[in-house]
Amino acid sequence: MRYAETGYNLEIDLTRGSFDKIPTDPRLTELFLGGLGTNAKILWDRVPSETEPFSPDNLLIFGTGILCGTPAPSANRTIVSTFSPQTGLMAFSMMGGFWAPELKFAGYDKLIIRGKSPDLVYLWINGDKVEIRDASHLRGKGPLEVTELIKKELKDPKVQVAAIGLAGENKVFYSSIEHGRSSASRLGVGAVMGDKGLKAIVVRGKKDINVAHPEEFMNLCNEVLQYRNFRWENPIKGVPAILAGVGSPQEMALRDEEWHTTSFSWGHARTRRKGFWTKEVEEQWNNIQDKAIIRLISCYNCPNECGALISYPGLGTPTYMMKCYSKLTYVMGAMSNDLEFGYKIAGQAQEYGMDGYTNPQVMAFAVELYENGILTDKDMPGFPPRAPDGSDEERFFWLVKKIAHREGIGDVLANGVYWAARQIGKGAEEYDHNTTKKHEQMVIKLGMLNPIYYLLYGTGEKANITQIEGQIPQVPLPKDLREEFVTNWIQIPTGKEERFKQFMMEWGDEDKVFPYYPPPDLVCDLVEWQEIMHYIDDATGICAGMSSFLIKPPYHIHNIARMVSLGTGIDISEEELWEIANRNRTLLRAINVRRGVRRKDDEPPVDHWKRRFPDYEAKLKDEYYKFKGWNSDGIPTEETLDRLGLDYVAKDLKESGILGDGKTEGALETSSGGGSEK
Amino acid sequence: MRKITVININADKCMGCRACEVACSAFHASPKYSSTNPERSRIRVSYDQLNDIYLPVMGGEYTSAECNARYTITLNDKKYEECGFCRASCPSRDLFKDPDSGLPLRCDLCDNLDNGALDEPWCVKWCLNDALTFEEREEEGEEPEMLDDLEYGVRSLIDTHGLEKVVDAVTRISKRE
Ligand code: SF4
Ligand code: SF4
Ligand code: SF4
Repeated sequence: MRYAETGYNLEIDLTRGSFDKIPTDPRLTELFLGGLGTNAKILWDRVPSETEPFSPDNLLIFGTGILCGTPAPSANRTIVSTFSPQTGLMAFSMMGGFWAPELKFAGYDKLIIRGKSPDLVYLWINGDKVEIRDASHLRGKGPLEVTELIKKELKDPKVQVAAIGLAGENKVFYSSIEHGRSSASRLGVGAVMGDKGLKAIVVRGKKDINVAHPEEFMNLCNEVLQYRNFRWENPIKGVPAILAGVGSPQEMALRDEEWHTTSFSWGHARTRRKGFWTKEVEEQWNNIQDKAIIRLISCYNCPNECGALISYPGLGTPTYMMKCYSKLTYVMGAMSNDLEFGYKIAGQAQEYGMDGYTNPQVMAFAVELYENGILTDKDMPGFPPRAPDGSDEERFFWLVKKIAHREGIGDVLANGVYWAARQIGKGAEEYDHNTTKKHEQMVIKLGMLNPIYYLLYGTGEKANITQIEGQIPQVPLPKDLREEFVTNWIQIPTGKEERFKQFMMEWGDEDKVFPYYPPPDLVCDLVEWQEIMHYIDDATGICAGMSSFLIKPPYHIHNIARMVSLGTGIDISEEELWEIANRNRTLLRAINVRRGVRRKDDEPPVDHWKRRFPDYEAKLKDEYYKFKGWNSDGIPTEETLDRLGLDYVAKDLKESGILGDGKTEGALETSSGGGSEK
Repeated sequence: MRKITVININADKCMGCRACEVACSAFHASPKYSSTNPERSRIRVSYDQLNDIYLPVMGGEYTSAECNARYTITLNDKKYEECGFCRASCPSRDLFKDPDSGLPLRCDLCDNLDNGALDEPWCVKWCLNDALTFEEREEEGEEPEMLDDLEYGVRSLIDTHGLEKVVDAVTRISKRE
């Protein structure tokens, strides 16, 4: 018997309209676990590097974490992997909610989709019964509406639905796959689904998921919940409210928006409004939020209720669900003063199925081009004027519609800032200032280079900082809070306790400041800890809001290793779990390297910090590459790959001339760009 | 005196996490906690997110025939699922039936609190938002006779097929084994 996993993948060929239930190799579980790890392995094996994202040969994989469907609290992630139309690289996006456990109960660990359907269809996976059904009546409809219609059509209110909106059908490069309060929204996974002619995937399952050591497994679950309660009662002192608690993050329950509105940048990531959060604004926004949120809601088997049902009279959109800070991304992008605008447009954009981080930035970028005469009324006939209070709310409503429909200028903007800038030309490229690897980044602009975030942003494969960062506060703690912080800091990996505690105790002291503190070797250690914990979550399906994203989370390397072992029955030590995550991380790197990623692509947005130190940054990168066992061009060396059991990757990279035979290593200067840059 | 146990459901506090279903189904797995399957849980959360309906319901007694009239309830402008508040394992619906055998599933108060080992039911324990709370009190009267799961299942088979057929089947099977 297989434990924690089902041992089967469901393969769908949309071109032929066929499906197969394929047993999986347990050896791969031992090497990569589930979720992202095995997704990456499949993409490496089966999608050649020249495959275009919109090719029928591109795969769209919905992988469940290895712990999804077990009682492990908050293990509910669906990890969607494919090749991104925006970056040409491996797309990494995932969603919470209820979908992954349901797929497990239906009897599958992954859903692997290839080919293209000539007509718009939806998939109905009802345990062993799989149907490809006509979806022409759902064309153009929003994911929530689609979900309701399908529940009625199938006469089962308990089905779980993941669907795309109009933006996905129109292959907007940053369209999302939506599932209730959750969405896989980064890097255009919705566009790939739309390209495959797939409107929705509906799942229902009634089978068991087994664990190998039931009693101990359940005890460990109880321990995790107990610690979560402790953390719930005891927020971290000295950090912004949304980083202090548990959840991913608590943007719905909390109303204190001082941190986002005053430390993040407004408009097209240009303007800091340091005095924005006044008593008056606070009161007004609190009222709006109280009116808008009718219930806080959770994902499957998670107590953190960090999402919300949104509805109130006059909102202009039907009830919908929200989490995280998309209530603010649009407000800030449009230089609006009105939180109500945020709720309205976020609801609309969600029904179009668009990424709430990228979308406002693309629109703010368009506004900026218009204000600077690069886009004109000829390009944008009917573009509304700026409001007297300086906000671009009406313009955003105008733009979001154009983009979702790929109409007029919307057809260009739908490709995201990087590509739109190049299509528009006339100097528009100059305004592409906030992307990394062609993908829009957080709207943060700061003063002094932060060496930790320099590497997190630059070298991260996921192109999304919230999926890379965590574990430590983002700035030093006030002196009087440090001792308390390092006491009972049980999350630190074995062997690093003294090092990391000392770091937290002295970070911020007179000579212990950015950019030269922490020193490069310590920066590497801290960066690795942060990213490895995310790679572990991505393989187990545990939510980062209970784990890798948090400071002092309920889940950590020690108890996850135990939980995976007790759940799967495969004995996995902390060190082995670390190595699995490192293998997955390295494989992702290799996949992207095979698609052209090199050292020069590993750069945060140019203006992320005002004060940059090119020589020192180069040194940081060198140190990190060495630390990871990569050559100076950011390519994992043969030795590293062999050590991780990825010798076939080394062989491939050597055969294709990407890895030299040792002599030329590090001297490579290859052209960048992914599959769609042609 | 008899002991009365009550689970208080505060549907306003329910956040739809279904941890109660997870814990209940794990407890009732055999061996204990060895598998999870919300479909086998004796508490189910009926939810209709867009209409703000979150209603945890514990399986009650099974019934061999459905009611003469089904019912719907509208409360605070929200229309609940047909028979949504009913706890019966009933021929009219799939709710509270084992997905494999079709036998009725009813809350056994964690097999009467696991012979003293449990201080509260699993669903209550895992409902960290206190949508479910637990209460015990004493009342005048006799302890009622409780059927265990096996007897309860057999009783439902007898109701459906008749005693004679069930006895025949059991005799046939025992001869074969
Ligand atoms: S922390 Fe929030 S996002 Fe994460 S699983 Fe729980 S409810 Fe979902
Ligand atoms: S555990 Fe509690 S909050 Fe969660 S679904 Fe069950 S009753 Fe609702
Ligand atoms: S009290 Fe126990 S048996 Fe009854 S529904 Fe809750 S967990 Fe299940």
